[in-house]
Parts: sequence; structure tokens; C-alpha cells
Amino acid sequence: MNGMVARSIKNAGMMILMGVATLLVLTPLILIFFHIVKEGAGAINLDFFTQIPNPPGESGGGMANGLVGSAILLFMASLFGIPTGIFGALYLSEYEGNRLANIIRFSADVLSGVPSIITGLVAYTLIVVPMHGFSALAGAVALGLIIIPIVLRTTEEQLKMVPGTLREASLALGVSFWRTTLQVTLRSALKGIVTGILLSIARVAGETAPLLFTTLGNQFWGRKLTEPMAALPLQIFNFAISPYADWHRLAWAGALVLVVIMFGLSLVARLFGRQKPMA
Amino acid sequence: MTNKIKIQNLNVYFGETHAIKDVSLDVLQNRVTAIIGPSGCGKSTLLRSINRMHDMVASARVTGSILLDSTDIYDRSSNPVLIRRRVGMVFQKPNPFPAMSIYDNVIAGYKLSGRLVRADADEIVESSLKRVALWDEVKDRLKANAMELSGGQQQRLCIARTIAVKPDVILMDEPASALDPLSTLKIEELIEELKDKYTIVIVTHNMQQAARVSDITAFFYLGELIEAGDTRTIFTNPEKKQTEDYITGRFG
Repeated sequence: MNGMVARSIKNAGMMILMGVATLLVLTPLILIFFHIVKEGAGAINLDFFTQIPNPPGESGGGMANGLVGSAILLFMASLFGIPTGIFGALYLSEYEGNRLANIIRFSADVLSGVPSIITGLVAYTLIVVPMHGFSALAGAVALGLIIIPIVLRTTEEQLKMVPGTLREASLALGVSFWRTTLQVTLRSALKGIVTGILLSIARVAGETAPLLFTTLGNQFWGRKLTEPMAALPLQIFNFAISPYADWHRLAWAGALVLVVIMFGLSLVARLFGRQKPMA
Repeated sequence: MTNKIKIQNLNVYFGETHAIKDVSLDVLQNRVTAIIGPSGCGKSTLLRSINRMHDMVASARVTGSILLDSTDIYDRSSNPVLIRRRVGMVFQKPNPFPAMSIYDNVIAGYKLSGRLVRADADEIVESSLKRVALWDEVKDRLKANAMELSGGQQQRLCIARTIAVKPDVILMDEPASALDPLSTLKIEELIEELKDKYTIVIVTHNMQQAARVSDITAFFYLGELIEAGDTRTIFTNPEKKQTEDYITGRFG
């Protein structure tokens, strides 16, 4: 009987510890979220989504250029990062154990560990310097470099989970190797791959460091991909460190919008990941 | 009797492992050839070399030749994709494409290789499913997911999918070993019916099954072909001691 009591006490103690740990994890998240909502909600209005920032001293204005700029940057980064990641993963899964495959996998692991500011520096050296100017293009390349290893590794994991018997079924029907890879293997893994893509976009949507000396930021609408362009996280950063109260309010509103976008992307990714397999 | 397949001095290696040792075997047209032998004797390895499935394994190396209607399938000019359209394969575990309907599974060979003629699809589906005696069971739910079928039905669907692409030869790798006795019976009856049109090579670890369905039996042991011949002879009056020991259950 004594043993039973001791075990119950132990059990209760552990439950409390776990509860505290959970609370510790959730508290910062909740605090951040409430603080951002409290500070930012007031500055969210139609102008925020339709106007560019006003000069210091004039109240009002919005971050429409930052929102559009971020969308353009993410689109371009995806355009180059997602196919590269997926094709890399296909290579890794179809040529398992091959020496080049091991080098690619190792490089992807290193790339995903590189601090994002270094990625920005790389894009600076590769694009900004030779082109003699900051540009949206350089920022997109920096973000794309961050997307590649995330997409590559999640895609590889998903491809590995496709049963070999399915590929064999297709091959045995006289379907070529590449058609099998694209239509059977890749399609079976599609759901997980899309989840990985959405999470990678959510991840880079908030990246600021790699944009600092590539895209630079812009107070106005960026007209060309070869010119500096506004981006939401950059705008938040620049406005938050400015001395103007109006800009501070815009920065908080921007932060709120950014958090909501990232939360939404993650949510869609999770919901999508729960659906039935596609192929 | 015509030779459909002529295996000559076939050797298969996986890295350092010598899995098939200098095997020569004739496979007769419109006959069922059973390959028997204890686990790991190379039955499946031999079967998979007949439609070049080893091409997908980086460490595999094949020497010797396999003549299919007198053309060597291992010749440099042979295209494995085209060979597999002539030599179909049914696997141990039913493996229909899980997100495809019953209908789409039957025409998967055409669809996936991008050579489906829409107008022919209905006809191919109906005749293939009738051929495997599945039509009456599924004709009202062709658009249903293939995974809703029972294991035995799934396996017959896989056979329908294989014959849909009009092969000459069907390779079967223990096609009933994952099925219940009743489904097994249906598959065996089906094999009997299919041989008037196809040449069938079946790997089985079930000797009663080999005796029931096959005309020719080949006994393998440790990668070597010990004996091959008329099934009745092999099971009643084998020439080699090893064959007799295996058939009478003394080892394996």
C-alpha cells in the first residue's frame, strides 16, 4: 500500500513539473502575441494596406509597399528555391548512397545552419557588388538560399516514405524511370512536400537580416527588380528604430500583420498535412 | 512446343554476393513454370532478372543472356521499358496505386506512360477486369478507391493492371502468399485460365501450389538450378537427391 502512495505522489509531482514546463513554453508566445495585438491593432486600418508610409511628422500612411514588396520577394525566392530543393531531393532519394548525393545532403545541412545574415552577405557579394546596387533580386536570392535546404530535406524525408513497391508496380508496367519518379513517387509524397514548402515560406517571410544589405528597403513603391524594394520585416525594423511615434505605431501594426501571416501559413500547412494522401 | 524464354548461363551478383550461379533454363510458351526452393535460394532474383527489375539496384550486375522470342533482353540495344511492357509482373503483396480508382488502376500502365487513348479506356478496363473475374464484383463502383477492395480482389486488380498492357509473359512473385485460402484458390484458378494466352513464371514457397498450378517445375538451391522438368515428374520421381529431400520436407 505504501508503494502505491509513493507512486501516486511521484506521479502528481511529475504532472506538476510537466504543467510548469508547458506553461514556460507557452508564456513567451502568449506574451508576444498579446503585446503585439495591444500595440499594433490600433494602427491597423484600410490605409495600412493601401498607402505607403508618410514622411516623418505626418501622421497616417501605411505599409502597402512593404506588403507588396514582401510578396514579390517571397514569390521570386520560391521560384528559384522550391524547384531547386525538390529536384535536389529527387536526386538524393533516387541515387541513394551515391557520393555526389552524400555531398549534396551534407551541403544542405551546412546551408541550413548558416546564420541568415551570412546568407545575405553571400547574396551581397554575388549580386549587389557586380550589379553595382541594392536590388530586390539580391534579396530574393538570399531568401531562396534559405528555402533550398528546408525544402530539400523535408522533400527527401517525404520521398523516402513512399513504399518501394509502388515504384516497382509502375516500373513493371513499362513506365519509364523518370515518369515513375514524377508521377508515382513525387505525387505520392506531394502532400508532405507542400506542407514543407508552406513552412519554409512562413519561415523566410519574417527574415530581416538577409535583406538588410541586399534589398535595402524603400520608402516608396519599388518599380524594378533591379532596384531597392520595400519589405515588411525591413520596414518594421527601420520604423521601430526611428525616433518618430507615428512610425513606431506603423511598426507595431506591421509586426501584427507579419505574425498573422506566418501563423496563417503554418495553420494552412498543418491542415493540409492532415488530409488524405493524394496519389 | 515453343520456347518463349531461353535463359542462358545467367549470373546475378549483388556487390560481392553471387546470387544466381550459371543458370540455364527454358520457359515454354503458354505453360506455367514454377520456381521453387528454400528461402534465399534466388527464386525472386531469377524472376526479377526476366524483366530487368535489377536495373534499379545500383549494386546488381547481370551476366549471361535471357532470350525473349530470340532477342536478348540484356543486349545493349534492348530497352528495359519496352521489355517490361512485354513481360509483366505481379508482386507478393497486392500493390494497387492507393490514390487511384479501380478504373484508373487498370489503365495505369497506359496513363502513367502517357500513351492512353481515351476512346479505348473503357474497353481495356472491362476486358481486363473480366479476364481476372473481377468485373462482376466491381462494375458498379469502378470509380471507387482501389484500397476499398479486399486483399484478394486487390491482387486480381493488380493482375488485371498487368494484362491490360498486353504482355506476352507474366511473372508472379509469390502472388498468393499474403492472401487467405479462398482468395488463393481464386488466384490459382485464374493462373490456370490465363495460360492459354500468356506464358507464366511463378515463384512460390508453397510446394502444393507449385504442384497444383504448374506444368514445369524448376528447383533452386543456393542460387543454382538443381533440377527442372515436368511438374509431375519432379514431384513424384525427381532425379536429384536434393530435390527429393526438399519435396519430401526433409529440409527447407
